[in-house]
Amino acid sequence: MYTFSNKLRIGSYILMALGILGLGYGFLSAPSTIEEAKAVVAADSHHEVHDEEMAHAEAAHTTTHDEHATQEAHDDDAHGEHLLHQLQNKPWAALYVAAFFFMMISLGVLAFYAIQRAAQAGWSPVLFRVMEAITSYLLPGAAIVFVILLLSGVHLNHLFVWMDSEVVAHDELIQGKSGFLNVPFFLIRALIYIGGWVAYRHFSRKFSIAQDTAEDDSNFKKNFRISAGFLVFFLVTESMMSWDWIMSVDPHWFSTLFGWYVFASMFVSGITVIALITIYLKSKGYLEFVNDSHIHDLAKFMFGISIFWTYLWFSQFMLIWYSDIPEEVTYFVTRIEDYKLPFFGMLVMNFVFPLLILMNSDYKRVNWFVVMAGIVILLGHYIDIFNMIMPATVGDKWFIGIAEIGGILFFAGLFIYVVFSTLTKAPLLAKRNPFIEESKHFHY
Amino acid sequence: MASKVIQAIYNDDDVLMTAVKKVKAAHHHIEEIYTPFPVHGLDKAMGLAPTRIAITSFLYGLVGLSVAITMMNFIMIEDWPQNIGGKPSFSFIENMPAFVPIMFEMTVFFAAHLMVITFYLRSKLWPFKKAENPDVRTTDDHFLMEVSVSGNEDEVMSLLQETGAVELLVSEKH
Repeated sequence: MYTFSNKLRIGSYILMALGILGLGYGFLSAPSTIEEAKAVVAADSHHEVHDEEMAHAEAAHTTTHDEHATQEAHDDDAHGEHLLHQLQNKPWAALYVAAFFFMMISLGVLAFYAIQRAAQAGWSPVLFRVMEAITSYLLPGAAIVFVILLLSGVHLNHLFVWMDSEVVAHDELIQGKSGFLNVPFFLIRALIYIGGWVAYRHFSRKFSIAQDTAEDDSNFKKNFRISAGFLVFFLVTESMMSWDWIMSVDPHWFSTLFGWYVFASMFVSGITVIALITIYLKSKGYLEFVNDSHIHDLAKFMFGISIFWTYLWFSQFMLIWYSDIPEEVTYFVTRIEDYKLPFFGMLVMNFVFPLLILMNSDYKRVNWFVVMAGIVILLGHYIDIFNMIMPATVGDKWFIGIAEIGGILFFAGLFIYVVFSTLTKAPLLAKRNPFIEESKHFHY
Repeated sequence: MASKVIQAIYNDDDVLMTAVKKVKAAHHHIEEIYTPFPVHGLDKAMGLAPTRIAITSFLYGLVGLSVAITMMNFIMIEDWPQNIGGKPSFSFIENMPAFVPIMFEMTVFFAAHLMVITFYLRSKLWPFKKAENPDVRTTDDHFLMEVSVSGNEDEVMSLLQETGAVELLVSEKH
């Protein structure tokens, strides 16, 4: 049995407390009026450059200034309101990105776990309890995401622009989609996805624990069947979830492989977290039967799925870039203009780095190499989600500041707390699993 | 050169593995082993050095990538930068996404083919090569181990006899 070390527990409390402070600061410092919003932007921008630009612009426009005076006043109002919405969205988006990121890790692990069960993999049963512990975060994590969606639905924030009835009234494109994008149906769908995932997780864990003391393999067989069923359900709901929770922040844009792209991101993050927690537990002496070959296999998955993620990222980017159809390409235009560093930086972190680090077979057995690659992959996929949500919610007002880091810290703390408390609730080695002997002696 | 080898024939890969370990433990030199299929762990038991073919493949891949980049940069950007359907051919980076499929395929092509050719060269395999097979049964169901002898023939013979060899032959053809 695993005992939750006090150090780690206190560490997770500290992370949560710091995170709440950071998020709270983000919410408190968000402007509530247009004037405040303008003041924030004026204070943020670099004064010298700003003044110079202003002078330059004024000089150029003096001749036409009078004609446009009335027009400008109107534009200024609209601009101010836009600015206010972006700045008000900032802490919400920071919260949402972090909440989704950690939820998606446990969902990715759940998919990986179901695949291991359905494929009857012989190497992974010694890791099942680690995976089950990580997926225990799914219920609280998805519930928090649902609450954020609910708060968006009651108009406490402007994360989803299609929820704003005033916007929809002037937007025929969104009107055309309102059969799918309307708040009640949106929330019902979210409940169905979360319900299905959490139900599979609940029963799979139950059968897995029951198998430890069973007389026969009936629990194992049940688990095999529900895993196969879950994978079908998961593929459909994951795809729809990515349209609902992520793609709909840009309701004018659509992409057919978006669901797969989000899946690849969650899958590789999930596998990375399995590897990191396994290495941590192994280093504390809790996983007797885990050897270098298990780590090697996980690292191979990290490597392979990182490349799969890049393949999907590039397929989506290149198809849209190549055809350059205005209604699609704005998605990438805003990202390349306003998010150049995160947009291309994540390619280095999610592709080039793992490609070069994890290619060598020997390196995949060196724990600190896997940990280093894993941390970079996780940060890279946080930025991936950041790039999906932020441009549509805060636009060019993005910054990875106190609220964003606070969001990561809070959910990291909660994640650690939930995962490691679940680890204490069952023995770390699944007994009587038909593949457990093979898995214990797994050698690559 | 008239060096002598003893050819010990086995009919089971497990017996072969234990025989290899015994012969190694007795510090006799194993010239060669012929098997009808890959025996897992045999190279480790024989103490063979690990292959470096994956490293060559990585380097060949880099060559392929460089070839693709140089080729397309010269043709599409430097030599005749035409406007083809509005694609930006002002610099390589601006038009790079369109080149990535070729860069990828060239990398794989070079890595795969040059690695295979390296394998053929290093293993001395080519069409019309005379087969080096001391006993035709080794391609079907028998395993053959050649142990070199230098004056201690009887000792090696008795050792191999103990390891469960079904047949022992002294050969001088090497």
